[in-house]
Amino acid sequence: MSALVKGHTGEWEVVIGLEVHAQVISKAKLFSGAATDFGAEPNTQVSTVDAAFPGMLPVLNGFCVEQAVKTGLGLDAEINLQSVFDRKNYFYADLPAGYQISQFSRPVVGRGKIVLDLPDGTAREIGITRLHLEQDAGKSLHDQHPSKTYVDLNRAGVALMEIVSEPDLRSAEEAGAYLRKLRSILRYLGTCDANMEEGNLRCDCNVSVRKPGGALGTRCEIKNVNSIRFVMQAIEYEARRQIEVIEKGGAVVQETRLFDSGKGVTRSMRTKEESHDYRYFPDPDLLPLTLDAAWVEKLRKSLPELPDAKKQRFLAIGVSGNIVNSLIEEREVADAFEDEIKKRISQKGLSPEETKSAVEFVQSPDQRQLSPSLLTAVTSSSGATSSTIVNFVFAVANARKEDRATLVRRLDLSGLGDLQDRKVISGRMVREIVEEMADTKKDAATIVAEKGLKQVTDTGAIEAAIDAILARESAKVAEYRAGKEKLLAYFVGQVMKATQGKANPALVNELLKKKLAG
Amino acid sequence: MSLNALTIAETRDRLRRKEFTARELAEAYIRAMEAARPLNAYLVETPERALAAAAQSDARLQKDEALPLDGVPVAVKDLFCTEGVETTAGSRILGGFVPPYESTVTANLWRNGALMLGKVNLDEFAMGSATITSARGPTENPWRRKGDNRPLVPGGSSGGSASAVAVHAALAATGTDTGGSIRQPASFCGIVGLKPTYGRCSRWGIVAFASSLDQAGPMTRDVRDAAIMLKAMAGHDPKDSTSAPVPVPDFEKAVGQSIKGLRIGIPKEYRLDGMPKEIDALWQRGIDWLTAAGATTVVISLKMTPYALATYYIIAPAEASSNLARYDGVRFGLRVPGETLDEMYENTRGQGFGAEVRRRVLIGTYVLSAGYYDAYYLKAQKVRTLIARDFDEAFKTCDAILTPTAPSAAFAIGDKMDDPIAMYLNDVFTVPVNLAGLPGISVPAGLSADGLPLGLQVIGKAFDEETTLRVAAVLEDAAGFEAVPAFLAGAA
Repeated sequence: MSALVKGHTGEWEVVIGLEVHAQVISKAKLFSGAATDFGAEPNTQVSTVDAAFPGMLPVLNGFCVEQAVKTGLGLDAEINLQSVFDRKNYFYADLPAGYQISQFSRPVVGRGKIVLDLPDGTAREIGITRLHLEQDAGKSLHDQHPSKTYVDLNRAGVALMEIVSEPDLRSAEEAGAYLRKLRSILRYLGTCDANMEEGNLRCDCNVSVRKPGGALGTRCEIKNVNSIRFVMQAIEYEARRQIEVIEKGGAVVQETRLFDSGKGVTRSMRTKEESHDYRYFPDPDLLPLTLDAAWVEKLRKSLPELPDAKKQRFLAIGVSGNIVNSLIEEREVADAFEDEIKKRISQKGLSPEETKSAVEFVQSPDQRQLSPSLLTAVTSSSGATSSTIVNFVFAVANARKEDRATLVRRLDLSGLGDLQDRKVISGRMVREIVEEMADTKKDAATIVAEKGLKQVTDTGAIEAAIDAILARESAKVAEYRAGKEKLLAYFVGQVMKATQGKANPALVNELLKKKLAG
Repeated sequence: MSLNALTIAETRDRLRRKEFTARELAEAYIRAMEAARPLNAYLVETPERALAAAAQSDARLQKDEALPLDGVPVAVKDLFCTEGVETTAGSRILGGFVPPYESTVTANLWRNGALMLGKVNLDEFAMGSATITSARGPTENPWRRKGDNRPLVPGGSSGGSASAVAVHAALAATGTDTGGSIRQPASFCGIVGLKPTYGRCSRWGIVAFASSLDQAGPMTRDVRDAAIMLKAMAGHDPKDSTSAPVPVPDFEKAVGQSIKGLRIGIPKEYRLDGMPKEIDALWQRGIDWLTAAGATTVVISLKMTPYALATYYIIAPAEASSNLARYDGVRFGLRVPGETLDEMYENTRGQGFGAEVRRRVLIGTYVLSAGYYDAYYLKAQKVRTLIARDFDEAFKTCDAILTPTAPSAAFAIGDKMDDPIAMYLNDVFTVPVNLAGLPGISVPAGLSADGLPLGLQVIGKAFDEETTLRVAAVLEDAAGFEAVPAFLAGAA
């Protein structure tokens, strides 16, 4: 995938690294017992520790550490058995202690990686530099009063994982793919809701440009971008801006910028000279964090199947490569489809032993050998995951604003897949049946029967319809035979119309050609 | 003999024998507290609270179900947060702050039956060696030099605690010690002050000065009382990650045990040039007393001693600069308005903090700044490790260490005030103990030529307060310190 951007002076390479702040799923905050629920009344989830009252001390929440380590393992990263919490000092009204407890020189998680599945089907490995735990700040509310700022400390002290990537990304698309993949992994692990709108996944983008293969350019950091779409827009804009600056003979200034999503532009916030001196030092209120290697190994073994492994497994059981990436993006959706596949296997009329083996194969294809016929039974059971069905189900879910996994679970998708496999229905009927199933809760076969949607594969019936049309349209038949072959599509349309769309399109094509040939 | 002259141990026994009631004892202390007002030891008096607690103690004593400290009237350094009672750390910036929580150490005392007489003065945020930097004015030492009526400092930062105990306006007091703040005022006021091992007492609810050095401890009339108080105050607290999960022994049992065969280390680096001869002589007397009691002495080397003060004055301000960032006028305490947020910070902190606190915040900010961190903070941490290693090495050849507590007796209020370095030198013998996290106790051992108390310090191994107390009790017996401060002699 070409990632180069064209400027006046030739092509430029965009270099991107992302810092993601992911809010840890945990009932209590990182260093206090206060609750973390989103959307609570302001200042109702604040302990005296969060508000930094005199004499209050932080106590590390072990569950947040577990979540961070799990995430590290999910990113195939080194887990540091010794790490340290540092204080990052700066003054702001919504930072009660005047410092944020973070990890600076010794983070809990070291180097890891994320594999991107790019739209062109290729995969690319992106390095993770580190993951560390830190506290979130509160919120300053500037829009409540003409001259005052209000402070809401509900978020103050909530655990965040800062996940830093290497500058390995080369385009806005890759940055988008990275965030989608990271979001997917976090949700699989259950360590972060990864909902950018609710602010529990926030992204800072480091962007620079260079001539391909040249030395790294000066970077700018775009702070706190709050959707994947905006991240991609911000990077596009920022790369263009930097190229323009350089091509006009200027130099990029290292600075922090903000993205204005309304105007689609980035704007300078502060330059390097104005940047804070955070005066990091180890927090003397906390001991170094020491992890037990055996505990880490236990966590590693308890990890759920992650998207990359699920993808390989789905491919092995016959899910199409066209659709596998969107099937596995959400764990619940993948599980729902997997259950449909198992359901179809159980409906194949196999012996109980065969069914058992087949289901076991679905669960771990690399552990099980199947006979060729049984293997066919399995792979032919993945019909409910045909791209037509998956795409229509997702489209219907979007249109109805219904959760995808819930919809998958309540529709008779194995029945639908079966009808499609047996060519009882055509692909163009799928959406109508999916919508009808969503509305009526009836199974696919019933709907097909009731609506008479059955695909006509009876040559006689189709031939009769063709004959009637060719007789009616003798002028056009003459034109066709004189060489205007484009008219074939017109005739197909007429036949489909006459059969109310139930005719098998391939058959119609074939018969028409024959008849028109005379 | 007045009730106020009794020790905790004596009071405890007589209360149990019902020779007097906790209420009578509390009333006597409330009168003494009122009489001592000219010393400005108490910032807040809580007589109703004391009497209410005494009534509960009496009820238990009546049923012979007394708690270990039932009826013991205690003064609380105003660095400990006390629920419902103003806690200011001696600072204008915390004026009017009433905590909605009780510190673990004071809660432990009340749980053991002790009662609070009030909150006592200190150097602002415990930063000082003379109790002169408090926003509420200086506290006076109840002692006077012979033939000289100029008021003297009680030492600091726990000067209010030391003064109150010395003048019998409290039976015991809580103190905190970051670089000598319990031991040096104990020495200046002729009482016992014990800084336990770092981690022995919870720091939860104590206004933080320098978190890696701060430690709470008792200030009492004698060594046995210090042991009794420490048992009640100490213990692992899950709310303080740095408090040690170790059992709390019955420290009182160590008091009175023989020191025969113990090896006492005498650090050669503690013989300072220009140290008053009487301090040296006192130290030698201490060595003789311990030898006479059957201990042997061994000269040890604590070679990093010359660097201890400098190390302390980097690490403590660094931590303080960060710990005190929370006093920003946003959520509690003083707020001096400004046009912008930054201006509000400047106004509030400029007017809320006194000169010494501002000085240390500036030093601390400087040593943590980019470009200086390695040269100052990081280097200081390395030296701190070496200082601790010195002690580790020394304790291979000895069981406890004997030193003077401070290089001088109490000085006049107003002295050394224009010279921070001279002031910092007060802590030259005590600071290394905090840097190494060890227990140290100051015992009154004699009088200076002009009649002021002088203390000797015993330093123990980590979590070996028992040996420390054992040695201290022998010194106390041998010294037979019975002198009485001028203020008390005059009042009596």
